[in-house]
Amino acid sequence: MASETGIGASVKRKEDARFITGAGNYTDDINAPGQTHAVFVRSPYARARINGIDTAAAAATDGVVAVFTGADLAADEIGDLPCGWLVKSKDGSDMVAPPHPPIATEAVNYVGEPYAVVIGETLEAARNGAEAVDADFEERPAVVDLATAASADQIHESVPNNQAYDWELGDKAATDAAFDGAHHVATVDIVNNRLIPNAIEPRAALGEYDAAAGTYTLHTTSQNPHLERLVLAAFVNVAPEARLRVISPDVGGGFGSKIFVYAEETAVIWAAGKVRRPVKWRAERSESFLADAHGRDHVTTAQLALDQNGKFLGLRVKTKANMGAYLSTFASSVPTYLYGTLMAGQYTTPAIYVEVQSLYTNTAPVDAYRGAGRPEATYVVERCVETAAREMGIDPAEIRRRNFIQPGDFPYDTPVALTYDTGDYEASLDKALGHIDYAGFGARRAASESAGKKRGIGFSCYIEACGLAPSQVAISLGAGVGLFEVGEVRVDVTGSVTVVTGSHSHGQSHETTFAQIISDKLGVPFENVTVLHGDTGRSDYALGTYGSRSLAVGGSAIIKATDKIIAKGKKIAAHILEAQEDQMDFADGTFTVVDSNQSITFGEVAFAAYVPQNYPLEELEPGLSEKAFYDPPNFTYPAGAHICEVEVDPDTGVVDIVDFVAVDDFGHVVNPMIVEGQVHGGLAQGIGQALLEHGVYDDAGQLLSGSYMDYTMPRADDLPSFTVDTTVTPCTHNPLGVKGCGEAGAIGSTAAVMNAVTDALGVASVPMPATPETVWRAASARGSSAEGAERGE
Amino acid sequence: MEQAGESRIAQPRDRVWRALNDPEVLARCLDGCKSMTPVGDGEYEAEVGAKVGPVKATFKAAIALNDVVEPESYRLDVEVKGGAAGFAKGSALVNLEDVTGEDGDETLLTYEINGNIGGKLAQIGSRLVDAAARKTAARFFERFKVDFDTA
Repeated sequence: MASETGIGASVKRKEDARFITGAGNYTDDINAPGQTHAVFVRSPYARARINGIDTAAAAATDGVVAVFTGADLAADEIGDLPCGWLVKSKDGSDMVAPPHPPIATEAVNYVGEPYAVVIGETLEAARNGAEAVDADFEERPAVVDLATAASADQIHESVPNNQAYDWELGDKAATDAAFDGAHHVATVDIVNNRLIPNAIEPRAALGEYDAAAGTYTLHTTSQNPHLERLVLAAFVNVAPEARLRVISPDVGGGFGSKIFVYAEETAVIWAAGKVRRPVKWRAERSESFLADAHGRDHVTTAQLALDQNGKFLGLRVKTKANMGAYLSTFASSVPTYLYGTLMAGQYTTPAIYVEVQSLYTNTAPVDAYRGAGRPEATYVVERCVETAAREMGIDPAEIRRRNFIQPGDFPYDTPVALTYDTGDYEASLDKALGHIDYAGFGARRAASESAGKKRGIGFSCYIEACGLAPSQVAISLGAGVGLFEVGEVRVDVTGSVTVVTGSHSHGQSHETTFAQIISDKLGVPFENVTVLHGDTGRSDYALGTYGSRSLAVGGSAIIKATDKIIAKGKKIAAHILEAQEDQMDFADGTFTVVDSNQSITFGEVAFAAYVPQNYPLEELEPGLSEKAFYDPPNFTYPAGAHICEVEVDPDTGVVDIVDFVAVDDFGHVVNPMIVEGQVHGGLAQGIGQALLEHGVYDDAGQLLSGSYMDYTMPRADDLPSFTVDTTVTPCTHNPLGVKGCGEAGAIGSTAAVMNAVTDALGVASVPMPATPETVWRAASARGSSAEGAERGE
Repeated sequence: MEQAGESRIAQPRDRVWRALNDPEVLARCLDGCKSMTPVGDGEYEAEVGAKVGPVKATFKAAIALNDVVEPESYRLDVEVKGGAAGFAKGSALVNLEDVTGEDGDETLLTYEINGNIGGKLAQIGSRLVDAAARKTAARFFERFKVDFDTA
């Protein structure tokens, strides 16, 4: 049984039966009797003063229940949307965050920012009402360009130079000294393009107020309902925590964008209390483009110093990060502690210095998006390494090999604050080289050349820190919350098991993976395990899902609770079998007295716990239900080698990914099929960034890539059939020896693709996304100044 | 959004000028124009139904004639507030020149249009708005030319 459904088995997903038959229960599927509908009225200007909002005509529109502006929320003492991570500047000063009212009051600062919400009997009525809201805007010049934002018009009265913070990490003097003694310095100028998340299910919310009980219930598309509840209660003042329940039912993808506490969900739950009726909202895709937190958007210059043998001596990174118009929930941490700390990569680079200036612009807020800081870091490091290898004439695989941290070096302290616990980077690279047939690349390139095509190969040996996070480390670095997780294992009277996790699944398959763990550890049939998640009314306070933490942190909490179950089970079994507790053994669902044939099944013990006839009630409480909180002692460090092979048509600029190999070390794997699916999805997103996706604003701050006509999502025919493989160095500090697989694909792949594209063209750099036009220009400009390329060669 | 063009009209300049200052003529010639009401000296309020890509709405436009040099040139400033559909702003510099045609005095009308759009119009329609504006301008002058015969 355990072998087929336990740890290590590719069990089919429990979730899929309902998903593929259309029986999923998403927020928009839930309707409350008497519900009303909310439509948000959004700014058409990137920056404007609001001189007045006339809601009279809207309020008089047929079927309109209420019209609210920011002033109504303010009158109810509804607070600003906070940022939960305090980052300090070089000079020790706190970051500067502008006030962020859920509904704009005095000014709008990005296109799509809501300035009123109309509640209607029907969606149509609410829309009609929204059409009738008349605002008097005084347009002001928009600040859009990140590179010049610090010297542009000041957007917020309280934020000089449009700067959130100017942060640093690492040893500047040591890094400067390393450069002074360098044999070669490789320099790259990089724009990490803005991405728009595009989960398949748009954000949605259903707010309900129970006047009799004085309680609020918010169904919403959150990745972490407890965080949503905490912020709405403690900062936004919607209701005390104990009178607010947040439920995230089935959620169709998040990728980070559903971590954050947004204006719309906030307004919906508040409005439900005002109109005393349920209020429903579901974003249209157009709204998702405008008002979901975007990702990436960095401008960076980086330099790698090397000795004559290609050994890395020092790395210097200077980045400007776009925060958008306001500081979203975790925005400040993304280009700092999730970025600067990863600059060692898989290498022994002894001296690293990173500076990050985060700036406000009149664009949608930018926050964590799959990988969050780590794709940007990998892109910097791996573009530098590849550039250095080419400039010094060293094989790109070889230069990485010469600089890898070796298996005997762990635990390894990097110069940028992390301690890697384990890894074997060369093992992953070797396996990947074998899969791609690196030895045969020359012949394949020659064959492409003779067909008029250009073939290139690109490497990315990435590392990431995930399994967020050791609470005390995170809090000492500015996190406003602990980052542990809770797990509860409730053994039912009949021996079936209900697991409650604070972690949330919106594609990760917790109902399957966590059931496998329980089935494996307790010997309970897989189908007798039910996993519940996504409800503050069901689980204790927990932190939800982000940063590839569900298994490493949430799974570990479940293991801890399971250990408690087994320990109590041994006491019960020992009593029934008239043996000593320390003589009891538990395996495959059976408690056995050591060196005897006396045994009792897990089911019998569970029954005894709830029908305590032959039971030591004077010493032991009845019942068999345990809960555990798990706070990880360290991050986990998945790492791997991604190799991409492309063929470029120089006449059209079309890039064809002919092969893509990803060899990842995720530690032990519970369900290989699910892990492979996670890697596939991540690769698609990373390749999407490299070749297709680009969030673009015009000079006036209008979003030009605001629909699928202009924002290109990767599709199946844009992608090759991936070769996905793993190596295993178990994580040393969690009970399952697991790392995290959710983000790795998006973290490693982008650099591999761009290294391959530049290799094919023989140019130093091509801007992302490498669309046919961009590639064609770079190919045509080779040898002269590359118009449209970031750095002319 | 910027574009320029010209139209040769087989009418003397002062007649063309008068027509260009006649709100009824303008209303007849502008695609989708439902009304054009004078609200002041050289200022009008118009209701225009327009479709840009998938965005279709009736817009209220504030129109003003500025920098008027009779009978030679003016600047037509248009501001459209489309509510939930966004906004559009633009101006057209219109210049008239005497030319001699086969049958007597004619007028060469040249125009330069620039403008920008925002909100949903820009989000969905930015790639389509140039074409829509070009089409609207072309239709306007097509009708404007023949309007002299019907008026």
